[in-house]
Amino acid sequence: MTAVTRVLEHRAVQYRRTFKSSAFTSFLSPILFLTAMGLGLGGYVDRSGGAALGGLTYLQFLAPGLLAATVMQSAAFEATFPIIGGLNWQRTFHAMYATPLSPRDIALGNLTWMAIRLAMISSVFTVVITLFGAAHSPLVVLGIPVAVLTGMSFAAPIAAFSATQRTPNKFNVIFRFGITPLFLFSGTFFPIESLPGPIQAIAWLSPLWHGVDLTRGLVLGTVADRPVVMAIHLVVLIAIVIVASWATVKTVERRLIRG
Amino acid sequence: MPQTPESSLIHARGLTKRFGDFTAVDAIDFDVAPAEAFGFLGPNGAGKTSTMRMIGAVSPVSDGTLTVRGLDPRTHGPEIRARLGVVPQQDTLDTELTVRENLVLYGRYFGLSRAECGRRADELLDFAQLTERQNDEVEPLSGGMKRRLTIARSLINQPDLLLLDEPTTGLDPQARHLLWDRLYRLKQRGVTLVLTTHYMDEAEQLCDRLVVMDKAKIVAEGSPRQLIDRYSTKEVTELRFPPEVQDSLDGQLDGLADRIEKLADRVLLYADDGEAVAVAAHERGLKPETVLVRRSTLEDVFLRLTGRSLIE
Repeated sequence: MTAVTRVLEHRAVQYRRTFKSSAFTSFLSPILFLTAMGLGLGGYVDRSGGAALGGLTYLQFLAPGLLAATVMQSAAFEATFPIIGGLNWQRTFHAMYATPLSPRDIALGNLTWMAIRLAMISSVFTVVITLFGAAHSPLVVLGIPVAVLTGMSFAAPIAAFSATQRTPNKFNVIFRFGITPLFLFSGTFFPIESLPGPIQAIAWLSPLWHGVDLTRGLVLGTVADRPVVMAIHLVVLIAIVIVASWATVKTVERRLIRG
Repeated sequence: MPQTPESSLIHARGLTKRFGDFTAVDAIDFDVAPAEAFGFLGPNGAGKTSTMRMIGAVSPVSDGTLTVRGLDPRTHGPEIRARLGVVPQQDTLDTELTVRENLVLYGRYFGLSRAECGRRADELLDFAQLTERQNDEVEPLSGGMKRRLTIARSLINQPDLLLLDEPTTGLDPQARHLLWDRLYRLKQRGVTLVLTTHYMDEAEQLCDRLVVMDKAKIVAEGSPRQLIDRYSTKEVTELRFPPEVQDSLDGQLDGLADRIEKLADRVLLYADDGEAVAVAAHERGLKPETVLVRRSTLEDVFLRLTGRSLIE
C-alpha cells in the first residue's frame, strides 16, 4: 500500500497546481445545473402536478441523479487524458516503473487518485444539494461514497481502455456515444419508466442507472422501501469496479513492459 | 577485465529478446565489471535499447541468462530497480512540475523521506548546475538542461550503476560536452556507467570498454583503442573526387593502401602512413578535390565490421 501512496503523492502535487480553478468549477457546476434545471425547468414541471415523480418536487428528483451523472462525467475525463499522458506524452508512468514501483502500484495508485478526486467532487456537490434544500435524509452523506462508486464503475473500465491507446482519437467516441447518452437517459432528468420498453432495458445495463437509483434512494431516504433492488445496484457497481481495476492493472502492465 | 559471474555487476549469456517473430537481441554474451564505463555502440535498431531495458528489469528476458548484481530480473525486478539509476532515451520528466519537484517526487518513489529527498535534491541541483532553475517549470528548459535534470534525477537513490540510453542524442555540441563532463565525474566517483550510443565520439570519450552491436548481435568487443588496432589501420586517407570521376576510378587505386572503402561521396584508404598514401595517389596522377589524412576512429571499425556507416 505504501507504494500506491507514492503514486498518489505525485498526483496530489500535480493537482495542487490546478486546485483553485478545479474547486471553483466543482461548486459552480452544480449551482448552475440545479438553478437552471431544478428551479427553472422544475418550476414548470411541478406546476403540472408531481404524481409522476412520486410526490417529489423536480429539484428533489433531479439533484441526486445529477450528482451521480456529474461524477460519471468527471470520472470519464480523469480516466482518459491523465492515463494516456502518463503512458505516452509525459511518460511519467515509465519514470515510475524505472524505480521499485510496479505496474500494479502505478495502475492502482492512479485509480485511487481518481476515487479521491470523485470524492472531492461529490462532497462539494452534496453540500450544494443540501444548501438548495433538496436533501431529505441524513443518508444523503452515504450518497457520496455511492456516487464515487458509480464514478469508478466508469473510471476503471475507461482507464483500462485508455492504457491501450497511443492517441486520444477514440476518446471522442466514448464521450459522444457513451457518456452523453447515458447522462441523458439513465433516469437523471426523468424516470426511466417514461422511456419505451426496449430503451428501459438498456438503462438497466447502464452502470449510471444503478448509481442514480441508489444515490436517489439514499438522498431521499427511500432506500429501505426497495432493499433488494438497492442491494443489486450496489453489487453490480462493486463487481464492475473490481473486474475493471484488474483489467487496468493488466493493460497498464502490458503497455509499460512494451516500453 | 574479470569475467566471472561473481565479480560481474552485470552478467549475460545467450541473452535474447523477441517481440513475436522479431528477434531484437539475439543470444548476446557480455559482462560489466564494477566501476567500469561500458558501452553498446551500434546504429538505430541494433538492439541496444532492448538490451538496456532488460538490464533495467522493465522488459522480460525472452531467453538466456541475465543477472544484475547476481539477481535475476525475472524474480527480483523491484530489488534491482531500487539500486539502479536510469536515464531513458526519451525524457520522462513531469514537465508541468518544477525542476525541484521532479527530483523530490522521484526520490519518494524509492521510499526516501521528504527531508532526505530535499537534501539530495540540493546536492543534485548543484551537480547538474540547475540550482538557479530549481523553482522553474521543466517545460521551458533547454534540451541540455532537461537531460541534466534526468541524470540528476537518476542519481537520487545514490546508485552505483547508471544506465544511460543515448544520453546526448539531439543535443548541441556544447550541451554534449557539459554532459560528458558530468558523466566523467560520476565515473571518477566509482559509479559504473553502462551506455548506448550511435556516436563514435561519445563512445571514445566515455567508454573503457565497449561492444559493437549490429542486427541484434555483438560483432566485436574491446576498448576503443583495441578495436581500432584490431579492425582498422593507424591512419585513414580520405579522397574526395567529383562523382563522375569517382565512378570511373576502377583499378586506379589498387595497391595504394591495405584496404579501400568506397562511400557515396568519398574514398577511404586505410594504411598506417596516410601521408605516404596521399603522396602515392598524387604520383599516380590522381586529382582528388580534397585530401584528408586522419587517425582511425570507431566509425572506421564499424564500417569494417558491417560495411555500413553508424549514422545513415
